[in-house]
Amino acid sequence: MKLVKIIALVLLLAFVGIQFIPATRNQSDLIPETDFMLVNKVPETIQKKLQVSCYDCHSNNTKYPWYNKIQPVTWFLENHIEEGKAELNFNEWDSLSNRRKKSKLRSIIKQIESGEMPLESYTLIHKDATFTEAEEMISYITQLKDSL
Amino acid sequence: MKNLKMSIAAMLLLAVSFTNAQEKEKMNHNHGDMKMDHSKMKMDQMQDAKAEAVLSDYFTLKDALVGDDTKKAAQSGTKLVASLKSFDKSSYTIEQQEELVDIIDDATEHAEHIAKSAIDHQREHFKTLSKDIADMVTITGTKNILYEQFCPMYDKGSVWLSLQKDIKNPYYGSKMLTCGKVQKEIK
Repeated sequence: MKLVKIIALVLLLAFVGIQFIPATRNQSDLIPETDFMLVNKVPETIQKKLQVSCYDCHSNNTKYPWYNKIQPVTWFLENHIEEGKAELNFNEWDSLSNRRKKSKLRSIIKQIESGEMPLESYTLIHKDATFTEAEEMISYITQLKDSL
Repeated sequence: MKNLKMSIAAMLLLAVSFTNAQEKEKMNHNHGDMKMDHSKMKMDQMQDAKAEAVLSDYFTLKDALVGDDTKKAAQSGTKLVASLKSFDKSSYTIEQQEELVDIIDDATEHAEHIAKSAIDHQREHFKTLSKDIADMVTITGTKNILYEQFCPMYDKGSVWLSLQKDIKNPYYGSKMLTCGKVQKEIK
Protein backbone atom coordinates (compact mmCIF):
# COMPACT_ATOMS: atom_id res chain seq x y z
CA MET A 1 0.00 0.00 0.00
CA LYS A 2 2.91 2.27 0.72
CA LEU A 3 4.24 1.77 -2.80
CA VAL A 4 0.85 2.61 -4.26
CA LYS A 5 0.84 5.83 -2.31
CA ILE A 6 4.28 6.80 -3.57
CA ILE A 7 3.35 6.07 -7.18
CA ALA A 8 0.14 8.01 -6.78
CA LEU A 9 2.03 10.94 -5.36
CA VAL A 10 4.57 10.96 -8.18
CA LEU A 11 1.85 10.80 -10.79
CA LEU A 12 -0.10 13.51 -9.08
CA LEU A 13 2.96 15.75 -9.01
CA ALA A 14 3.60 15.06 -12.69
CA PHE A 15 -0.02 15.87 -13.48
CA VAL A 16 0.24 19.15 -11.61
CA GLY A 17 3.62 19.82 -13.20
CA ILE A 18 2.44 19.51 -16.80
CA GLN A 19 -0.23 22.11 -16.13
CA PHE A 20 2.52 24.73 -16.15
CA ILE A 21 3.76 23.95 -19.63
CA PRO A 22 2.57 26.79 -21.85
CA ALA A 23 0.26 25.89 -24.72
CA THR A 24 -0.42 27.66 -27.98
CA ARG A 25 -3.99 28.64 -28.70
CA ASN A 26 -5.73 28.64 -32.01
CA GLN A 27 -7.65 31.86 -31.62
CA SER A 28 -8.04 34.95 -33.74
CA ASP A 29 -10.60 37.74 -34.05
CA LEU A 30 -9.74 38.39 -37.64
CA ILE A 31 -11.69 36.75 -40.41
CA PRO A 32 -9.50 37.03 -43.51
CA GLU A 33 -10.95 38.08 -46.85
CA THR A 34 -10.13 34.63 -48.17
CA ASP A 35 -12.62 32.96 -45.82
CA PHE A 36 -14.91 30.34 -47.35
CA MET A 37 -18.07 32.05 -46.06
CA LEU A 38 -17.02 35.45 -47.36
CA VAL A 39 -16.14 34.43 -50.92
CA ASN A 40 -18.99 31.98 -51.44
CA LYS A 41 -22.70 32.56 -51.12
CA VAL A 42 -23.26 30.03 -48.41
CA PRO A 43 -26.87 29.42 -47.28
CA GLU A 44 -27.41 30.12 -43.60
CA THR A 45 -28.07 26.53 -42.54
CA ILE A 46 -24.88 25.39 -44.26
CA GLN A 47 -22.94 28.24 -42.62
CA LYS A 48 -24.11 27.17 -39.20
CA LYS A 49 -23.30 23.55 -39.85
CA LEU A 50 -19.80 24.36 -41.11
CA GLN A 51 -19.17 26.54 -38.10
CA VAL A 52 -20.31 23.92 -35.61
CA SER A 53 -18.91 20.83 -37.32
CA CYS A 54 -15.77 21.98 -39.11
CA TYR A 55 -14.43 25.39 -38.11
CA ASP A 56 -13.09 24.37 -34.71
CA CYS A 57 -10.27 22.43 -36.35
CA HIS A 58 -10.29 23.80 -39.89
CA SER A 59 -9.97 27.54 -39.27
CA ASN A 60 -7.85 29.99 -37.30
CA ASN A 61 -10.41 30.22 -34.54
CA THR A 62 -11.38 27.44 -32.19
CA LYS A 63 -14.22 27.62 -29.68
CA TYR A 64 -12.47 25.80 -26.89
CA PRO A 65 -14.31 23.71 -24.35
CA TRP A 66 -13.53 24.51 -20.70
CA TYR A 67 -11.53 21.33 -20.11
CA ASN A 68 -9.06 22.40 -22.75
CA LYS A 69 -7.33 24.30 -19.96
CA ILE A 70 -6.31 20.98 -18.42
CA GLN A 71 -3.26 19.13 -19.66
CA PRO A 72 -2.89 16.65 -21.31
CA VAL A 73 -6.22 17.46 -22.99
CA THR A 74 -4.68 20.65 -24.35
CA TRP A 75 -1.98 18.75 -26.20
CA PHE A 76 -4.45 16.29 -27.59
CA LEU A 77 -6.62 19.08 -29.03
CA GLU A 78 -3.65 21.11 -30.21
CA ASN A 79 -2.43 18.18 -32.24
CA HIS A 80 -5.79 17.69 -33.94
CA ILE A 81 -6.17 21.35 -34.76
CA GLU A 82 -2.70 21.51 -36.23
CA GLU A 83 -3.37 18.51 -38.46
CA GLY A 84 -6.81 19.76 -39.38
CA LYS A 85 -5.55 23.14 -40.51
CA ALA A 86 -2.75 21.59 -42.51
CA GLU A 87 -5.32 19.59 -44.49
CA LEU A 88 -7.79 22.40 -44.93
CA ASN A 89 -8.17 25.90 -43.53
CA PHE A 90 -11.53 27.45 -44.43
CA ASN A 91 -10.16 30.89 -43.52
CA GLU A 92 -7.65 30.64 -46.36
CA TRP A 93 -10.03 29.15 -48.90
CA ASP A 94 -9.68 31.77 -51.62
CA SER A 95 -5.90 31.55 -51.67
CA LEU A 96 -6.28 28.15 -53.33
CA SER A 97 -6.37 27.71 -57.10
CA ASN A 98 -9.49 26.26 -58.73
CA ARG A 99 -7.76 22.93 -59.14
CA ARG A 100 -6.92 22.81 -55.45
CA LYS A 101 -10.42 23.95 -54.46
CA LYS A 102 -12.00 21.18 -56.50
CA SER A 103 -9.66 18.68 -54.91
CA LYS A 104 -10.55 19.87 -51.42
CA LEU A 105 -14.29 19.91 -52.13
CA ARG A 106 -14.09 16.37 -53.45
CA SER A 107 -12.27 15.31 -50.30
CA ILE A 108 -14.85 17.07 -48.10
CA ILE A 109 -17.63 15.13 -49.80
CA LYS A 110 -15.79 11.82 -49.39
CA GLN A 111 -14.98 12.48 -45.76
CA ILE A 112 -18.59 13.32 -44.89
CA GLU A 113 -20.05 10.46 -46.93
CA SER A 114 -17.77 7.90 -45.32
CA GLY A 115 -18.45 9.37 -41.89
CA GLU A 116 -14.78 9.97 -41.21
CA MET A 117 -15.36 13.63 -40.52
CA PRO A 118 -16.16 15.10 -38.08
CA LEU A 119 -13.96 12.86 -35.96
CA GLU A 120 -15.70 10.58 -33.50
CA SER A 121 -13.64 11.97 -30.65
CA TYR A 122 -15.10 15.37 -31.55
CA THR A 123 -18.76 14.41 -32.00
CA LEU A 124 -18.61 12.47 -28.75
CA ILE A 125 -18.57 15.79 -26.93
CA HIS A 126 -20.02 18.08 -29.62
CA LYS A 127 -23.26 16.20 -30.21
CA ASP A 128 -24.58 18.93 -32.50
CA ALA A 129 -21.61 18.51 -34.85
CA THR A 130 -22.80 15.14 -36.15
CA PHE A 131 -24.07 15.02 -39.72
CA THR A 132 -27.46 13.43 -39.24
CA GLU A 133 -28.71 14.76 -42.55
CA ALA A 134 -25.68 15.20 -44.70
CA GLU A 135 -27.52 15.46 -48.02
CA GLU A 136 -28.04 19.21 -47.89
CA MET A 137 -24.35 19.78 -47.18
CA ILE A 138 -23.20 17.31 -49.82
CA SER A 139 -25.46 18.76 -52.50
CA TYR A 140 -24.22 22.26 -51.68
CA ILE A 141 -20.55 21.24 -51.81
CA THR A 142 -21.13 19.27 -55.03
CA GLN A 143 -22.84 22.25 -56.61
CA LEU A 144 -19.95 24.50 -55.62
CA LYS A 145 -17.42 22.03 -57.02
CA ASP A 146 -19.23 21.80 -60.35
CA SER A 147 -19.44 25.59 -60.61
CA LEU A 148 -15.64 25.94 -60.52
CA MET B 1 -10.11 3.62 -1.85
CA LYS B 2 -10.48 7.24 -2.76
CA ASN B 3 -6.72 7.53 -2.96
CA LEU B 4 -6.54 4.58 -5.30
CA LYS B 5 -9.14 6.09 -7.59
CA MET B 6 -7.25 9.34 -7.72
CA SER B 7 -4.01 7.62 -8.56
CA ILE B 8 -5.62 5.59 -11.32
CA ALA B 9 -7.11 8.74 -12.81
CA ALA B 10 -3.75 10.49 -12.67
CA MET B 11 -2.02 7.50 -14.21
CA LEU B 12 -4.47 7.41 -17.11
CA LEU B 13 -3.99 11.05 -17.89
CA LEU B 14 -0.26 10.67 -17.75
CA ALA B 15 -0.34 7.69 -20.05
CA VAL B 16 -2.35 9.67 -22.57
CA SER B 17 0.07 12.53 -22.49
CA PHE B 18 3.04 10.21 -22.91
CA THR B 19 1.63 8.45 -25.95
CA ASN B 20 0.82 11.81 -27.40
CA ALA B 21 4.36 13.02 -26.90
CA GLN B 22 5.75 9.82 -28.34
CA GLU B 23 3.59 10.10 -31.39
CA LYS B 24 4.89 13.59 -31.96
CA GLU B 25 8.42 12.31 -31.68
CA LYS B 26 7.66 9.51 -34.12
CA MET B 27 6.32 12.01 -36.60
CA ASN B 28 9.48 14.06 -36.32
CA HIS B 29 11.51 10.94 -36.99
CA ASN B 30 9.52 10.18 -40.08
CA HIS B 31 10.12 13.63 -41.40
CA GLY B 32 13.81 13.15 -40.88
CA ASP B 33 13.79 9.88 -42.78
CA MET B 34 11.88 11.36 -45.62
CA LYS B 35 14.35 14.16 -46.00
CA MET B 36 17.13 11.62 -46.26
CA ASP B 37 15.21 9.84 -48.98
CA HIS B 38 14.80 13.05 -50.90
CA SER B 39 18.49 13.76 -51.05
CA LYS B 40 19.22 10.20 -52.06
CA MET B 41 16.61 10.27 -54.76
CA LYS B 42 17.76 13.58 -56.10
CA MET B 43 20.98 11.91 -57.19
CA ASP B 44 19.08 9.23 -59.08
CA GLN B 45 16.85 11.67 -60.81
CA MET B 46 19.41 14.15 -61.95
CA GLN B 47 19.43 12.47 -65.36
CA ASP B 48 15.68 12.44 -65.70
CA ALA B 49 14.09 15.15 -63.65
CA LYS B 50 11.23 15.74 -66.04
CA ALA B 51 7.84 14.30 -66.71
CA GLU B 52 9.11 10.79 -67.43
CA ALA B 53 10.20 10.25 -63.82
CA VAL B 54 6.80 11.39 -62.54
CA LEU B 55 5.02 9.20 -65.08
CA SER B 56 7.09 6.17 -64.23
CA ASP B 57 6.19 6.49 -60.52
CA TYR B 58 2.58 7.10 -61.45
CA PHE B 59 2.51 3.86 -63.46
CA THR B 60 4.10 1.89 -60.61
CA LEU B 61 1.37 3.26 -58.36
CA LYS B 62 -1.33 2.38 -60.90
CA ASP B 63 -0.03 -1.18 -61.20
CA ALA B 64 0.02 -1.55 -57.41
CA LEU B 65 -3.65 -0.52 -57.29
CA VAL B 66 -4.47 -2.92 -60.14
CA GLY B 67 -2.88 -5.66 -58.00
CA ASP B 68 -4.80 -4.57 -54.86
CA ASP B 69 -1.44 -4.01 -53.18
CA THR B 70 -1.88 -1.26 -50.57
CA LYS B 71 1.66 -1.44 -49.30
CA LYS B 72 3.28 -1.12 -52.71
CA ALA B 73 0.87 1.66 -53.61
CA ALA B 74 1.88 3.53 -50.47
CA GLN B 75 5.55 3.13 -51.32
CA SER B 76 5.07 4.40 -54.85
CA GLY B 77 3.07 7.29 -53.39
CA THR B 78 6.14 8.30 -51.40
CA LYS B 79 8.33 7.95 -54.48
CA LEU B 80 5.92 10.04 -56.50
CA VAL B 81 6.08 12.82 -53.91
CA ALA B 82 9.85 12.89 -54.43
CA SER B 83 9.76 12.85 -58.24
CA LEU B 84 7.13 15.59 -58.27
CA LYS B 85 9.35 17.64 -56.00
CA SER B 86 12.38 17.34 -58.25
CA PHE B 87 10.42 18.08 -61.41
CA ASP B 88 12.32 20.68 -63.42
CA LYS B 89 9.99 23.36 -64.79
CA SER B 90 12.62 25.75 -66.08
CA SER B 91 12.27 24.92 -69.79
CA TYR B 92 8.60 25.93 -69.94
CA THR B 93 6.95 29.30 -70.52
CA ILE B 94 5.94 31.34 -67.47
CA GLU B 95 2.29 30.54 -68.05
CA GLN B 96 2.99 26.85 -68.30
CA GLN B 97 5.18 27.02 -65.23
CA GLU B 98 2.36 28.54 -63.24
CA GLU B 99 0.01 25.77 -64.25
CA LEU B 100 2.65 23.13 -63.59
CA VAL B 101 3.21 24.48 -60.08
CA ASP B 102 -0.52 24.24 -59.47
CA ILE B 103 -0.70 20.70 -60.87
CA ILE B 104 2.33 19.57 -58.90
CA ASP B 105 1.01 21.05 -55.64
CA ASP B 106 -2.24 19.22 -56.05
CA ALA B 107 -0.66 15.96 -57.21
CA THR B 108 1.78 16.07 -54.30
CA GLU B 109 -1.03 16.30 -51.79
CA HIS B 110 -2.77 13.30 -53.31
CA ALA B 111 0.46 11.30 -53.46
CA GLU B 112 1.10 12.11 -49.80
CA HIS B 113 -2.33 10.80 -48.87
CA ILE B 114 -1.83 7.67 -50.94
CA ALA B 115 1.39 7.08 -49.01
CA LYS B 116 -0.49 6.84 -45.72
CA SER B 117 -3.97 5.53 -46.48
CA ALA B 118 -5.94 2.31 -46.84
CA ILE B 119 -6.74 1.11 -50.34
CA ASP B 120 -10.19 2.71 -50.65
CA HIS B 121 -8.70 6.08 -49.84
CA GLN B 122 -5.76 5.48 -52.11
CA ARG B 123 -8.16 4.92 -54.98
CA GLU B 124 -10.14 8.06 -54.18
CA HIS B 125 -6.97 10.11 -54.30
CA PHE B 126 -5.74 8.26 -57.37
CA LYS B 127 -8.73 9.57 -59.26
CA THR B 128 -7.83 13.23 -58.81
CA LEU B 129 -4.16 12.42 -59.15
CA SER B 130 -4.85 10.87 -62.57
CA LYS B 131 -6.53 14.06 -63.69
CA ASP B 132 -3.50 16.07 -62.52
CA ILE B 133 -1.03 13.78 -64.29
CA ALA B 134 -3.10 13.87 -67.49
CA ASP B 135 -3.07 17.67 -67.37
CA MET B 136 0.66 17.61 -66.78
CA VAL B 137 1.21 15.45 -69.86
CA THR B 138 -0.83 17.89 -71.95
CA ILE B 139 1.87 20.46 -71.19
CA THR B 140 4.98 18.33 -71.05
CA GLY B 141 4.24 15.63 -73.60
CA THR B 142 5.90 12.24 -73.26
CA LYS B 143 8.13 9.94 -75.27
CA ASN B 144 5.70 7.00 -75.02
CA ILE B 145 2.23 6.47 -76.36
CA LEU B 146 -0.22 6.67 -73.45
CA TYR B 147 -3.77 5.44 -73.26
CA GLU B 148 -6.35 7.43 -71.38
CA GLN B 149 -8.76 4.86 -70.03
CA PHE B 150 -12.18 5.27 -68.51
CA CYS B 151 -14.19 3.34 -65.96
CA PRO B 152 -17.86 4.45 -66.02
CA MET B 153 -18.65 2.75 -62.72
CA TYR B 154 -16.18 4.19 -60.24
CA ASP B 155 -17.39 7.44 -58.64
CA LYS B 156 -19.62 8.52 -61.54
CA GLY B 157 -16.88 7.81 -64.06
CA SER B 158 -13.13 7.96 -63.57
CA VAL B 159 -10.12 8.22 -65.81
CA TRP B 160 -6.59 6.83 -65.57
CA LEU B 161 -3.51 6.63 -67.76
CA SER B 162 -1.77 3.49 -68.94
CA LEU B 163 1.12 2.43 -71.15
CA GLN B 164 -0.83 -0.61 -72.33
CA LYS B 165 -3.88 -0.62 -74.49
CA ASP B 166 -5.65 -3.49 -72.71
CA ILE B 167 -7.69 -2.60 -69.66
CA LYS B 168 -6.52 -3.34 -66.14
CA ASN B 169 -8.69 -1.36 -63.80
CA PRO B 170 -6.84 0.32 -60.90
CA TYR B 171 -10.10 1.45 -59.22
CA TYR B 172 -11.48 -2.06 -58.71
CA GLY B 173 -8.45 -4.32 -59.08
CA SER B 174 -9.28 -8.03 -59.07
CA LYS B 175 -12.95 -7.29 -58.35
CA MET B 176 -13.53 -5.96 -61.86
CA LEU B 177 -10.21 -6.09 -63.58
CA THR B 178 -11.31 -5.50 -67.15
CA CYS B 179 -14.04 -2.93 -66.55
CA GLY B 180 -13.45 0.12 -68.70
CA LYS B 181 -12.40 1.27 -72.16
CA VAL B 182 -9.75 3.25 -73.95
CA GLN B 183 -10.98 6.80 -74.28
CA LYS B 184 -8.07 8.49 -75.98
CA GLU B 185 -4.57 7.90 -77.28
CA ILE B 186 -1.97 10.39 -76.13
CA LYS B 187 1.08 10.74 -78.32
